[in-house]
Amino acid sequence: MTTTPAAETVPTAAALALGDDALVLSHRLGEWAGHAPVLEEEVALANIALDLLGQARVLLSTAGDEDELAFRREERAFRNCQLVEQPNGDFAHTIARQLFFSTYQHLLHDRLASGDGPFAPLAGKAVKEAAYHRDHAEQWTLRLGDGTDESHSRTQRAVDALWRYTGELFQPVEGLDEVDWAGLERTWLELVTDVLGRATLTVPEGPRTGAWSAGAGRQGLHTEPFGRMLAEMQHLHRSHPGATW
Amino acid sequence: MTHTDWPLWEVFVRSRRGLSHTHAGSLHAPDAELALRNARDLYTRRGEGISIWVVPSSAVTASSPDEKDPFFEPAADKPYRHPTFYEIPEGVQHL
Repeated sequence: MTTTPAAETVPTAAALALGDDALVLSHRLGEWAGHAPVLEEEVALANIALDLLGQARVLLSTAGDEDELAFRREERAFRNCQLVEQPNGDFAHTIARQLFFSTYQHLLHDRLASGDGPFAPLAGKAVKEAAYHRDHAEQWTLRLGDGTDESHSRTQRAVDALWRYTGELFQPVEGLDEVDWAGLERTWLELVTDVLGRATLTVPEGPRTGAWSAGAGRQGLHTEPFGRMLAEMQHLHRSHPGATW
Repeated sequence: MTHTDWPLWEVFVRSRRGLSHTHAGSLHAPDAELALRNARDLYTRRGEGISIWVVPSSAVTASSPDEKDPFFEPAADKPYRHPTFYEIPEGVQHL
């Protein structure tokens, strides 16, 4: 963990937002263990989960004790975006979620890495991982979207279902003042539109933000499946508080 | 989806300080692009390699064990066939 930024200089709100994103998505991907379509894909998803967990550990450590933060916080105290807490669904759902998030994370870390803020060292390392995650998701989006009728319709369904959670990604995060969020969103839309187009998929027409849609994860308001995920993740630690392992 | 859609690929990795690609193993993938990515995950995750080749197993022609003798029996009693009588100058590497 040589890239840990000096704790006192890191804005806690931002460390929690980025750290919780990585932690929660890592847990979701971990749920695929033993269930992926093929062994090779299982390894790929586990690799991505491990990358994300590594990022989460660095980030949460700057905000406090990583285990306490992961296992002892209530749902309302988590600051992850709602996209990453969405259930895995079928493989197309997992890939669509991965495409949306990895594209966002890659762009964000790219900007943070080129700045001189407290997250630059971490982002410099994470940006390489995110580039690989994005490539993996893109490759699968192209194959599923432009695959069979069945894989096409499933992927379109996944893209449509998760679209509403993507607006939240570009809400400014407190402490990441150097990020041009509107510019980030424009670039994200261009990249995602390009991949979906090449995959013969339609960009959803529904709004990505708005009263009807989701998007308050950064304020601690989460969707219903998140509570169940946390209960499973935190169960052992809550049963034996204070234990070491 | 069955594994018939996922052909077998042979993976060759050249290590960071290596001179040649070495057979690292095999894997299943739907096409060459994903075979490369799977190989990266399976065989170079810890930075072992800097170059990967993937080849569909069906493209590899192997020598037949039945023809072992004519193929491989060395003419050990004919030393003039082997380049063993040259002195290698100092400083020649990788020979």
